[in-house]
Amino acid sequence: MSVFQQVLIGPLKDIGSNPAFFGEVVIGGILAGMLYSLVALGFVLIFKASGVFNFAQGVMVLFAALTLVGLIERGAGVWVALAATALVMIVLAFAIERAVLRPLVNQPQIILFMATIGLNFFLEGFGEMLWGANVKKLDVGIPDRSFMAAGMQINQLELSAGGIAAILVVVLAIFFQKTRIGRALRAVADDHEAALSIGIPLKTIWVVVWSVAGLVAIVAGIMWGAKSGVQFSLSLIALKALPVLILGGFESVPGAIVGGLIIGVGEKIGEVYWGPLVGGAIENWFAYVLALAFLLIRPQGLFGEKIIERV
Amino acid sequence: MTLPLLEVEGVSVRFGALTALTHVSLEIARGEIVAIIGPNGAGKTTLLNVISGFYHPYEGRILFDGRDRTNLRPPDVAELGVARTFQNVALFKGMSVLDNIMTGRLLKMRGSFLLDALWWGPAQRQELAHREAVERIIDFLEIQAIRKTRAGTLPYGLQKRVELARALAAEPQLLLLDEPMAGMNVEEKEDMCRFILDVNSEFGTTIALIEHDMGVVMDISHRVAVLDYGRKIADGTPDEVRKNQAVLDAYLGVSSEGASAAPSETSPRIAPAKPALERPGA
Amino acid sequence: MIYREAGQFKTTYAADQAIFPILQDRIFVALAVVGAFVIPVRFANEYWLQAVLIPFLIYALAALGLNLLTGYAGQLSLGTGGFMAVGAYSAFKLASAFPALNIVLVFLLSGLVAALVGVVFGIPSLRIKGFYLAVATLAAQFFLIWLFNKVGWFVNYAPSGTITAPPRTVFGVMVTGPDAAAGARYVAALAFVAVFALIAKNLVRGRVGRSWMAIRDRDIAAEIIGVRPLRTKLLAFAISSFYCGIAGAELVFLYLGSAETLAFDINLSFLVLFMVIIGGLGSVLGSFLGAAFIVLVPIFLTNVPHTVGLNLPVALAKQIELMIFGGLILFFLIVEPHGLARLWQITKEKLRLWPFPH
Repeated sequence: MSVFQQVLIGPLKDIGSNPAFFGEVVIGGILAGMLYSLVALGFVLIFKASGVFNFAQGVMVLFAALTLVGLIERGAGVWVALAATALVMIVLAFAIERAVLRPLVNQPQIILFMATIGLNFFLEGFGEMLWGANVKKLDVGIPDRSFMAAGMQINQLELSAGGIAAILVVVLAIFFQKTRIGRALRAVADDHEAALSIGIPLKTIWVVVWSVAGLVAIVAGIMWGAKSGVQFSLSLIALKALPVLILGGFESVPGAIVGGLIIGVGEKIGEVYWGPLVGGAIENWFAYVLALAFLLIRPQGLFGEKIIERV
Repeated sequence: MTLPLLEVEGVSVRFGALTALTHVSLEIARGEIVAIIGPNGAGKTTLLNVISGFYHPYEGRILFDGRDRTNLRPPDVAELGVARTFQNVALFKGMSVLDNIMTGRLLKMRGSFLLDALWWGPAQRQELAHREAVERIIDFLEIQAIRKTRAGTLPYGLQKRVELARALAAEPQLLLLDEPMAGMNVEEKEDMCRFILDVNSEFGTTIALIEHDMGVVMDISHRVAVLDYGRKIADGTPDEVRKNQAVLDAYLGVSSEGASAAPSETSPRIAPAKPALERPGA
Repeated sequence: MIYREAGQFKTTYAADQAIFPILQDRIFVALAVVGAFVIPVRFANEYWLQAVLIPFLIYALAALGLNLLTGYAGQLSLGTGGFMAVGAYSAFKLASAFPALNIVLVFLLSGLVAALVGVVFGIPSLRIKGFYLAVATLAAQFFLIWLFNKVGWFVNYAPSGTITAPPRTVFGVMVTGPDAAAGARYVAALAFVAVFALIAKNLVRGRVGRSWMAIRDRDIAAEIIGVRPLRTKLLAFAISSFYCGIAGAELVFLYLGSAETLAFDINLSFLVLFMVIIGGLGSVLGSFLGAAFIVLVPIFLTNVPHTVGLNLPVALAKQIELMIFGGLILFFLIVEPHGLARLWQITKEKLRLWPFPH
């Protein structure tokens, strides 16, 4: 079999010969993509409002999940634990604004980026010191079972995760478009100084976005935690959200969502049908290459307007 | 009659649906100082950007020395001997003034990477030769005292001067200046005028400049071209332009139809030294 | 009073453009370089050489490489670990394929291989900038590590998947392999970093460095001066990866002795980035200060509890170490965002005036 056949024809034939399995792959990809979208959303919120590339988003997911599991393990009810975790994330947002953002205001972006890496280390150590570093099972009451629909096997837990992610996205969209604070957030994203000059308190805005990003992190933490247990590797899903950002743009909420879906589905299809040709385990870099290839065709990303550089 | 140094022939530029320049033609002869004026948003900076290769025209041609150079990239335009300054000072802020000006001589420097790495022989001699040339420019523009200062920390007026120095360092044939005097006080403006005239007379550099200060424009330029809404509406000596009805209308905000019908004979002089004439209500 | 430049007049531009225009600096640096070659070899024990000085020199070389790319040319990269891996695996392949090849040449050639790979992954830098580029360089990081993991050829089909440093000599002295003395490996690492630091300094104070900084500070203005963005950025990627490649080869050959791809994972990329930013972006000296800081802090943090008689559980000590490390990064960024090199410069300014500060 020629290389051409192996690379192009073979996998496509596989897809055609078993469409139900292909459907399963696509659905799996969409569900994974939803979760990437959630993490990417955390990045986008913070980047839009404060221009900070928050590398600690992944650890925030871990930290939220650790806190939640830790509280449940110590006998708190699920809802109490959830409320307490939300509170913790909001307190964290205040602390970050006070201790990190405020002293570094007006510094170049790379300095703030570095600061979030410092934050990343700090939170990782802090979270594990509080709650321990061993793998924990997170049970939120949704059974990890599968059912059959149209000849496809669908996992109930993953389906619920996808549903919740979708609801969250809608809620956030409404929050941004319709509420007063949402409008203020968009104003800040457009122009910091102009927003300040019409009396929008920057500090409050920062606390709000970091809090919202923290709450999104809780949801992402629950979803991933329920699937694969709460452990350090959770913080690495942040890396999976980065190609989503290249694709969707750092400042676009719809970009984060659609980008996440494209990456999720593309990655699954790539791994299942093309992965075996090169020895598998390509999911670490495939998403990046996919995003880069996309950028070469459309440099402004998915939702960016064609960039006209002002000289 | 010799060939003009630069010919812009019927150039139009569009950004999406917006047309920034429409059929603009302009000739610049060697040794001239040409001012490009017009209300805000008239397309002056766009014209400079097309000449320096940042934008490419959607129709029309640009010729240097009679040769078609329409679709060159900025570094290629630089190699033809064009240097420029920017409206909102574009210095290399993290570098010293000296390094900024030395960077201006980049195209004059040749050398092998290996010798550069070793700072040896020809590489060192070349560096020193160019340092001397740069020092002459530093003397000429009277910025000796700030040689080693980081460019980003300088006051605005000095930054503009350093930017001019950087452009001069390339020993350009054509120098494009985008509002060289914006935001300057009277003394700084006088200095800048003197520098521009000196550059023109001492080095024979051809200069095209955008300026809002009519006093300055009328004083130092040999010829004035006026843009309005992306079209060239007048081109001539300062005196001719001063008396041109279309120009007066553009500045005073009369619509062109109304202006041609208006029976005004006495054309009010554009007051010299009135800074930053802008479209009323804009 | 001691640190005083009054009376030292520069009468030529050559003197004014020297790396160390002030006499005291020249004397100090000359002494420091000679001292660095002689003193540790004579007096430092195995632990200091192996755990502190050798990694410091290797990391300094890598930080220097990244600083050329990020600090001078303004292209943020998170692929350093990947480029170092290219150097290490090339050195391993070259050394095992050509046993007669001098190890210094092996290192230089591996640097060249890394430079080529760096150029390939630098191509997107023409179209994408800033954090987008940083994320794109992660593609290099993950792809390269995956490649070295998957393709057995790179490790000569060793079932363990590790590469080991073969024994090689320079001037009859064993510098790599299990029998090489720490002192010899130290001197080899020092010689490389000294030469390449000098070359880096020469590059950044001349034509090449100015075009890098021009692209970094204002790419549009740089273009109309005649700087060609793609060529300039790719040159920065090439030189930077060359440095990182050699550092990667040294990491295995002079320091670890043997390694898997794990040694070059994303954490290494971040570690080197820390060194550059904490030391000072756009500063050759800063690369050294940053490397020293990152090497010394963990050692300090692990040893302090012991010296004060505190016995912490290993896990807890690790967690506290992470917290302090993260906290220190924040602290330094807040106190001096321009890095240790700027702090040093400020101290020098004060010393020039001392003891009469006004």
